[in-house]
Amino acid sequence: MREDVADVLIIGAGASGAVMAWSLAETKMRIVCLEQGPLMNPLTYPSTARDWEARTQGDFATNPNIRRLPQDYPVNEENTPIKVANFNGVGGGTILYAGHFPRFHPSDFRVKSLDGVADDWPIDYATIAPYYAENERMTGVAGMNGDPAYPSDNAERTPALPLGLAGDTLAKGFNSLGWHWWPSDTAIITEERDGRAPCINLGACGAGCAQGAKGSSDVTYWPHALRAGVELRTRCRVREITVGNDGMATGAIYYDGDGNEQEIKAHVVVMACNGIGTPRLLLNSTSQLFPNGLANTSDQVGRNLMFHPYSWACGVFEEEQDGFAGPHKLIRSQEFYETDENRGYVRGYTLEIQRGMPPVRTAQTALRLGMVPWGEGHHDAYRKLFKRTTGMVAVCEDLPEAHNRVTLDPNMTDSNGIPAPKIDYTLSENSRKMLDHGVARSTDILKAAGAYEVYSEAPIPYGGWHLMGTARMGKDPKTSVVNEWGRSHDVKNLFIVDGSIFVTSAGVNPTNTIQALALYVADQMKSRLANLFD
Amino acid sequence: MPDSFLTSSERETLTILADAVIPESVKFGVPGAGDPLIVEEIESDAAKQMPDISKSLNELEILAEQFGGDVFSNLDSTKRCIVVEEFRSAHPAAAAKIGNLVVQCYYRDDRVMRSLGMELRAPHPKGYEVPDGDWSLLEPVRRRESFYRRTD
Repeated sequence: MREDVADVLIIGAGASGAVMAWSLAETKMRIVCLEQGPLMNPLTYPSTARDWEARTQGDFATNPNIRRLPQDYPVNEENTPIKVANFNGVGGGTILYAGHFPRFHPSDFRVKSLDGVADDWPIDYATIAPYYAENERMTGVAGMNGDPAYPSDNAERTPALPLGLAGDTLAKGFNSLGWHWWPSDTAIITEERDGRAPCINLGACGAGCAQGAKGSSDVTYWPHALRAGVELRTRCRVREITVGNDGMATGAIYYDGDGNEQEIKAHVVVMACNGIGTPRLLLNSTSQLFPNGLANTSDQVGRNLMFHPYSWACGVFEEEQDGFAGPHKLIRSQEFYETDENRGYVRGYTLEIQRGMPPVRTAQTALRLGMVPWGEGHHDAYRKLFKRTTGMVAVCEDLPEAHNRVTLDPNMTDSNGIPAPKIDYTLSENSRKMLDHGVARSTDILKAAGAYEVYSEAPIPYGGWHLMGTARMGKDPKTSVVNEWGRSHDVKNLFIVDGSIFVTSAGVNPTNTIQALALYVADQMKSRLANLFD
Repeated sequence: MPDSFLTSSERETLTILADAVIPESVKFGVPGAGDPLIVEEIESDAAKQMPDISKSLNELEILAEQFGGDVFSNLDSTKRCIVVEEFRSAHPAAAAKIGNLVVQCYYRDDRVMRSLGMELRAPHPKGYEVPDGDWSLLEPVRRRESFYRRTD
């Protein structure tokens, strides 16, 4: 049988894998991407049927232990207050994300220098800025130029998402306090673009966008990558990355959709499996040369796991708001983004406005928080809430701590028998204080906007959307897994491009930065092809 | 839905329990969650999302015997309330899960949606109208000096 050989093997077809596939396609190398999930079909997304909210707690749940689809792997989450959110399929987590698409700030790359905590990144904002612009152009981002919380960027944006009734309400609250707010940069197009239709306010962004307006990577990068000749193999789950006697990666062993073991050889391996999947696969890839897992001589693989702890606050208003219609994200505030020592913690957070809730979620949230009773009084209490709430989350910067980590569970496996990841994570005192601050300031805003009741929760238990830091970037091989352009210190033909390589997490959603970094790493690879492994 | 997912007695228990979560409302003209069409939906969703619901209903029956001296369906409304409260207290996770299933099916029923003023349709492909809003509200923020933290 002929040997299956790729020039570049990409593992994972989500946010960063799609970017790498597209960017490297111009080299005309043979690029193969293995993805454990399927190619998505937007015609079958939940919002196309009446039971759409039920499916967000079934086959479109964000938590893999609830979703339990054949392509999902279980995660041991017993020892973490924040549960993992992910999605396995072409597009990865972008299938379910809300599309909030902010950039990091310049200060986010200099945390150690500015605040004396964590580490500085080995790259800076100026280095990554052109890649942000390219990523925003490829993805399609709605928003508005001129935010005083950011350096000027002159990025290409479609018109901002509608403020709606909720936006007007909360903007007045912010203004009365003199606090910053701005239309969110959101990967949801408001005009036709690249063959995609504009947003029609389905209000179901978190369950896949049937309209195609949301910039999940299956509708942004992948169509271009496939047309350029990249080979995408779905329902292929990688068990391990193989290495030769010279310590170089030689390819991967994987299970195809029928459960048959396959092997593919590759000259370069790129990992794009997210902040849980990447350390899991590296730790599962043991050999004589790498008995503690591939690329792990630093013992940093799996460590420094960062989520963004989220606080949530919801105000109840006399007047009707938008309900669930419209994209979830509309405006953000970065009034409390940068460090202020008077607050009792370092670093900060973004406040993201969440428009409103659909019927079932209104009821379920209200039951959970005791806002609506069982039995007598249910209907009156429910109708006081339905379409009359709006609120916000605080996306808190999580700092890296070595004890927050991903390891392999000794007993739990996926359907192919591959050991599953185990999470050990503790909320830091700094994060706890930041969450409390976020709840307090959110409450101030909601009351200033006219809310007569405010409910809150912190941290949101099922809020582990952002998976970062578990194979971090750095110049020192003793304290980092990849170098300043994404190449493993230990294995010179192994690259990592997902959120694992983040040094710090910033206080914003990471997808724009994950993809900008992937574009940057791809460019570094292309510019060094002659001596890529030196 | 498998015909035999719940036994007839389990279905009867579930029906009463669903009504205990959301009773009928004459004021709003909506059925209780124990309405046969809604219970059918609950049973269907439970088969997918709470396959062990029978175990939880059995726990409820044990409490009915303990606090009411009979099967749940034979108890009067006062005793049923006591048993439901005991169930929520003794088995909070199971009770919450059943509560979630009940509202998940109730708040998509045509009669309920109509009473809430909702159109009886899926979000896609029609979508919804959302007003653009009052962008003049942004003026004070536009006038603000740039305040991101410099690193040079």
